[in-house]
Amino acid sequence: MELFTNQILAGIATGAIYACMALAVVMIYQAIDHLNFAQGEMAMFSTFVSWQLMQWGAPYWGAFVITLVFSFFGGIAIERLLFKPLAKAPILTNVAGFIALFAIINSVAGLIWDFTIKQYPTPFGSSPFLGSQLISTHQAGMIGVTVLLLVGLYFFFQFTRIGLAMRAAASVPESARLVGINTSWMIALGWGMAAAIGSIAGMLIAPVVFLEPNMMGGVLIYGFAAAVLGGLTSPLGAVIGGFLVGIFENLAGTYIPGVGNELKLPIALALIITVLVVKPAGLFGRPIVKRV
Amino acid sequence: MSAAIEDVVTESPGVIEAVPKRAMTLGTGTSLVMLGLLLLTPLFVKNFIIFQMTMLLIYGVAVLALNILTGGSGQFSLGQSAFYAVGAYTSAILMEHAGMNYALTLPIAGIICFAFGFLFGQPALRLSGVYLALATFALATAMPQLLKLGYFEQWTGGVQGLVVTKPDPPEAVQSMLSWLHLKMSQDMWLYYFTLVITIAIYIFSVNLLRSRSGRAFMAIRDNEIAASAMGVDVALYKTLAFGVSAGITGVAGGLGAITVQFVAPDSYTITLAISLFLGMVVGGVGWLPGSIVGSAFIIFVPNIAEGISKGLSGAVFGVLLFLVIFLVPHGARQVAIVGQQLIGRFRKN
Amino acid sequence: MTAMLNVKDLRAYYGQVQALHGLNFALNEGSLTTLLGANGAGKTTTLRAICNMVRSTGAIEFEGAPLSGRSTENIVRLGIAHVPQGRGTFTTMTVEENLQLGAISRKDKAGVVADIERMYNHFPVLKQRYAQQAGTLSGGEQQMLAVARALMLRPRLMLLDEPSFGLAPLIVRDLFKILGKINREEKVTILVVEQNAQLALELADQAYVIETGRIVMSGKANEIANNEDVRKSYLGY
Repeated sequence: MELFTNQILAGIATGAIYACMALAVVMIYQAIDHLNFAQGEMAMFSTFVSWQLMQWGAPYWGAFVITLVFSFFGGIAIERLLFKPLAKAPILTNVAGFIALFAIINSVAGLIWDFTIKQYPTPFGSSPFLGSQLISTHQAGMIGVTVLLLVGLYFFFQFTRIGLAMRAAASVPESARLVGINTSWMIALGWGMAAAIGSIAGMLIAPVVFLEPNMMGGVLIYGFAAAVLGGLTSPLGAVIGGFLVGIFENLAGTYIPGVGNELKLPIALALIITVLVVKPAGLFGRPIVKRV
Repeated sequence: MSAAIEDVVTESPGVIEAVPKRAMTLGTGTSLVMLGLLLLTPLFVKNFIIFQMTMLLIYGVAVLALNILTGGSGQFSLGQSAFYAVGAYTSAILMEHAGMNYALTLPIAGIICFAFGFLFGQPALRLSGVYLALATFALATAMPQLLKLGYFEQWTGGVQGLVVTKPDPPEAVQSMLSWLHLKMSQDMWLYYFTLVITIAIYIFSVNLLRSRSGRAFMAIRDNEIAASAMGVDVALYKTLAFGVSAGITGVAGGLGAITVQFVAPDSYTITLAISLFLGMVVGGVGWLPGSIVGSAFIIFVPNIAEGISKGLSGAVFGVLLFLVIFLVPHGARQVAIVGQQLIGRFRKN
Repeated sequence: MTAMLNVKDLRAYYGQVQALHGLNFALNEGSLTTLLGANGAGKTTTLRAICNMVRSTGAIEFEGAPLSGRSTENIVRLGIAHVPQGRGTFTTMTVEENLQLGAISRKDKAGVVADIERMYNHFPVLKQRYAQQAGTLSGGEQQMLAVARALMLRPRLMLLDEPSFGLAPLIVRDLFKILGKINREEKVTILVVEQNAQLALELADQAYVIETGRIVMSGKANEIANNEDVRKSYLGY
């Protein structure tokens, strides 16, 4: 029984990483109605920027804030420059664009900062949290930040004009224009916010997985899975999905014989798909009635 | 894009633009020129280039298979590498462990993959859009791990993979050519062998999409609810599309194994699936002849990128890809349409 | 009296296909005008061209200012509300959020709150359902919501695209009564596109008849309604 509780705790700790990334995924999905495959790489790049700032002597929180601002405007710039021209192209062409962006960012980061693994600091320390060996203060801090972000996003979308306008632009663009919303800028704003949230995820994840250009590959997949599991329309669902995926993954690794590290991912994914087959909108997604 | 009214919408309808049926193929004249080029070029080039041309055809077939699924029935798959892997391993195992003739392994690879795809299509029925993408993606990531499992190792060769013997040209062909004092290399024979299969699959696919089933696929793609209201068995045709696509991909996988002479789990990762997807987009979704253009893109452009800058090859590849989708967001199909209009205008004048 | 909206030589295109062939018409301030015609005549296209939602050439002036080159959202912000065909409901949001969205370009918070109450008085059914997902409303209720949403802009001009479409006759009468009231009491200029010519002519004071992208008839609504030849050849009743 103790093994079981410990595995769940460890699962929550890894789940916090996925939850954070899933939040960024949901953010962009709300804005552009699609999953951005380059999101992990954008987060990785932001994390490198913050690392570079710290190398140049910036304090942690100073670098954190500058990176946040950089990512926000970087996200907007990417949308204006690369994806606005593709707005009328087929969706699958846009997906190809995400893949191209992925290749570019990954390669450029590798050239600037090379592929060696780097240590990344944590502001929360890494001593055991409340005496537990399984959750460190960093992981607890990460969960705290994720929850804070979630609450912040909830208020933003429910109670601000611009949040309402963003939701409207995402759900029925034509009607949104007809009430005077500049939908094109709403999309850019969504990119900016997603990039900023992604950068937070990256900076929180880096102390755990270490900093290198390929650090987000696996994390993004889990982030997608978590977001899809929770329901792509629900930030809360995405966070819960993140923790659930973390727990699944740990339990599968412990209790199913023959599951090494390599098979953890496929098994976690298979489980998620099983859930989706039963509940196609995800656990917390809002099912939409389809009319002809 | 789901069967029942209370089901869930994940994407705006019309993910893939409706393509008129005729636009899915080439005119007779263009086809003949293409065929001529494909037949004659190998006679004048080195073996390595022949090998590359063979791979071009093989990936072309794999892209075509994805095109039938996505362009034809509107379903999306990031898991084609898994079907490709199953096809490749089927051929390799039958040849190396059962000593079967390479040509005979291909239909078996096709049938096994058809069944696999058809079965996979069952749960996939409940999913659409990003959910289906995730499910197929899961399949693609799981496949290399499954192939590495110790349990199958005596057949698959585990991480090491299997070496496949390269087939010789048949005696009959060799003796016929010796009359003309010519000798055919293994590569050249394999090329023509692949070409024949490619053409057969192309003709089959064109006819499939023109048939009753093809119309059903496209009706589902354009409006699933309307299709089911007209009496199209949506579930059957969607799974059938998955099966056919997987089957053709399997044949391509088998051919790939014979040509590369080697199968190993890490040759069939998600990267392959993504490449095939890019090939489809570059070729033009729903336009079958574009598959070969897409295939050329995914085979040659990474090499070109590497040639331009070794350190930044990924970035160069990304930039080239962006250029292509900026200039022709609808892929090679768009180029063909514009070309056709220009020729038409020229003829009028 | 100068016209509020002046349309000159309006031509509109869908790809290669030309849908409007040089329309000329004007709306007077405070008028209630109807644009009649059969399916495919170009009624919807005309409204979409005014809001720059379809490629078009020609000159459209609103209160003396040209609209060409302005984006849809900027045209709306000038005070032109457009109730699109199919209602354009934000189905995943609540009724109240839909109303708030109608006023999203306005800055006066207190005014918006008061206007939402006003809409609930016009359309009591919306008040009952204020927290409900708008997609779950019936067709008639969604049409009410669409009109209310448009009014939340405090528009100077309102464009309605077949408000009667798919509604039961009794509900259509109610809706048209409300439109008349809005026109008289709130001084909103209204252009309503309709296939239900009889009802639209009862409501409107001015009418245009459009056929295959050209205006073939214009005049006072009651005159057109009483002209038997026009009724038979264009309006079909």
